[in-house]
Amino acid sequence: MTENTMAKPQKFFLPNAYPEPAFLKLESLACSRGLRLLFEGVSQTLKAGEALALYGANGSGKTSLLRQIAGFLPLAAGTISFGDTPPNAVHFIGHADGLKNALSVGETLALDAALWGAPDTTTDLLPLLGLQNRAWQKVADLSAGQRRRLALAKLCLAPRPLWLLDEPMTALDTAGQELIDTLAGAHLAAGGLIVASSHMPLAFATKEIVLGAPA
Amino acid sequence: MSVFWAICRQHMVLAWRGGHTTLAVAFLFIGVTLMPFGLGPELALLQALAPGLLWVVLIMALLTSLDRLFQADYEDGSLDQMMLMPLPLELVVLGKLLGHYMALVLPLLLAVPLAGLLLNLAPAHLPMLLLAMLAGSPALVLLGGIGASLAVSVRRGGLLTVLLSLPFYVPVMIFGAGASQQALAGEIDETRLAILALLSLASLLAAPVAIAAALRNAVR
Repeated sequence: MTENTMAKPQKFFLPNAYPEPAFLKLESLACSRGLRLLFEGVSQTLKAGEALALYGANGSGKTSLLRQIAGFLPLAAGTISFGDTPPNAVHFIGHADGLKNALSVGETLALDAALWGAPDTTTDLLPLLGLQNRAWQKVADLSAGQRRRLALAKLCLAPRPLWLLDEPMTALDTAGQELIDTLAGAHLAAGGLIVASSHMPLAFATKEIVLGAPA
Repeated sequence: MSVFWAICRQHMVLAWRGGHTTLAVAFLFIGVTLMPFGLGPELALLQALAPGLLWVVLIMALLTSLDRLFQADYEDGSLDQMMLMPLPLELVVLGKLLGHYMALVLPLLLAVPLAGLLLNLAPAHLPMLLLAMLAGSPALVLLGGIGASLAVSVRRGGLLTVLLSLPFYVPVMIFGAGASQQALAGEIDETRLAILALLSLASLLAAPVAIAAALRNAVR
């Protein structure tokens, strides 16, 4: 980590503490895609303020495990227990960022706020995400890293105790990676949980699962 | 509730910016303009066929727009986010369908009087025709949504969407065109109008649930 003196965001949107003590318990999970068994016997428990890193080769099932926790994918075996039911307690940030090319950055943030039931805080969010002076730019004209930053906005807009991040550092520059570390740090300090897949060591992770190579 | 309107608004803005509204209305006019060339310029014949032709062209224009309903959301990852929004998926779906109705069907209905003029339809015939279309068109969007959601994970699923939706459209088409035909006789066909409204209400109850189930299956 380079000691870049990036101005720390003045205002944080994340709460000081999440209302309910959060936990996440994965018990001997298995996942199959088609006829192939991706992984089995995956168990781990996270308490409030803990972050789990998922490591493993391409195709080892990192994304599938995240999608299982989000409730998208059915479990082939095992159980997931969590304080609240997924739809209202989880943020999922995947490779497909869900951004609309026809909208501008400012419109995206304003609409995101409405979609996640949050007040419109575009003017505060733009500098936080490092997208100041970009409000009028079309999303289609953003770079991969800038799109990634814009996709992070929902983390700040709607506070939710569990963040599922699929390779969050992809395409981000040093400042962008620090932004994720800062956001993750504040989220964990408030008692939130994170499960993140990655190919590089994550500074904020307190536990890890290494998924085996595909059989 | 504001989340619901935000979804509706987003879909409308994207349909407009993507040029889908313009395309659908242009499609309607192209279809209607070509009819006299195919059928001959006999005014009485055109008028007799006008209600049925307008229904066919309306449905065709709508069918071309159906694969935009959920396909883009599936491809860019918005569908994942829709699952997690602070609103049940069924209502998220309903918000999108309402946005689709306002961005595509309403402009089409506004274009129908002008298109009717090209087919020698008298202004006196219009209220009944529009009433029938107003009663039946919600069912077209709602039922079309079922087809669109079933074909969402198929790349270039437009043709599949149309094939899946078509059987659902037949009853609406039959009663809609039937009711509109009565307009020529200057009568109000209350029975067929009631059946059209019933079809719309029934699909309002069933379609969001069916579509949400199909979409949940698609994000696996």
